[in-house]
Amino acid sequence: MPTVSMTVNGKPVTGEVDSRTLLVQFLRETLRMTGTHVGCDTSQCGCCVVHIDGDAVKSCTTLALSCEGAKVTTIEGLANGDQLHPMQEAFRENHGLQCGFCTPGMIMTAVELVGRKGHNLDEKTIREELEGNLCRCTGYHNIVKAIAAGAQAMGAKA
Amino acid sequence: MYAFNYHKPATVAEAATLAGKHADGKLLAGGMTLLPTMKQRLASPSDIIDLSKLGDLRGIEVKDGVVTIKALTRHVTVANSAEVKKAIPALAELAGMIGDPAVRNRGTIGGSVANNDPAADYPAACLALGATIHTNKRSIPADDFFVGLFETALGEGEIITSISFPVPDKANYQKFRNPASRYAIVGVFVAKKGADVSVAVTGAGDSGVFRQKDFEAALKSNFSAAALDGKSQSAAGLNSDIHADAEYRAHLIGVMAKRAVAAAK
Repeated sequence: MPTVSMTVNGKPVTGEVDSRTLLVQFLRETLRMTGTHVGCDTSQCGCCVVHIDGDAVKSCTTLALSCEGAKVTTIEGLANGDQLHPMQEAFRENHGLQCGFCTPGMIMTAVELVGRKGHNLDEKTIREELEGNLCRCTGYHNIVKAIAAGAQAMGAKA
Repeated sequence: MYAFNYHKPATVAEAATLAGKHADGKLLAGGMTLLPTMKQRLASPSDIIDLSKLGDLRGIEVKDGVVTIKALTRHVTVANSAEVKKAIPALAELAGMIGDPAVRNRGTIGGSVANNDPAADYPAACLALGATIHTNKRSIPADDFFVGLFETALGEGEIITSISFPVPDKANYQKFRNPASRYAIVGVFVAKKGADVSVAVTGAGDSGVFRQKDFEAALKSNFSAAALDGKSQSAAGLNSDIHADAEYRAHLIGVMAKRAVAAAK
């Protein structure tokens, strides 16, 4: 079986994979990092969003072998020890989740969005940018609030 | 997904050799269509030739009134390119309407054009703007490139290297999209250059993207939405599916074409 090496949350990792292993399977099943979720498995829902070299992508639609040498960040890589990342904290504070299944993808999408569009995000922008992330509980209202607040908090911290 | 052999060539020449050698293989660019298709077992290539290492196939150049976009340039790059926004704003807007942000971070122009999905956006831009598709072997005018559903003029071992778009005087793309898949139910790209007007329709035709020549003729003499009053698109040869029937698509083509003409800049 081929092996693949990449950096996940700052740590170099190597694993044997089948050629058809998806990045999300490599993360969850090989590395046992189950924070990244599989919702639809058809690139619609965004539960599996991680960052590859800084870009938010759907890890259910990426081959692990394509990520050779890449820097991958998952939801597990955001917090600093026990201290939540400002975007995670904003989701907690604003009740931006109910069941929590979509939350890792929402947060990874949100953090990349702040990187691209800055700390002052209006509701329309946030809703447009969440096109690729589905939540079946909240109706999005508190998610949008959380992302606006998290974006501000990320700016205050920097 | 069925098993396959994986290759990651370092050069276009190497990729072409591999593609020529494995007739049942597939080239993988962003994978935004190919991988879901493989996961559903609708495609079962014997070999995957991953193009992601071919760094020289990325980039955008605007020169002498032509925008050239290399094949592995991602949608996000085209959507945000200051050069494209200035030269052909409609093309940057189109790229920003594809899929969702995560899909635009990975999907490529070459992949979209080579796949020729009947509901994809880029084929409409290629046809309406009179683009030329450059491969490792030749240059193909868009009018000869899109052959049918998921079918193109590309031969075995042929790889798109770049696509060049002549800058029009005015252009616009209007898309009535499926809110779930974000593909076009109907998309109309209108472009005017000198006395020429092109109208390309995606999402609707049962053999993929096509030019609406009646609309083009009407707009040539009078480039205004009013010129399309009384013009209608026949439902013959249009798709019917759970999202929209052929009559509805025919109606939408007229509406989207008028909106595109009105918004063209």
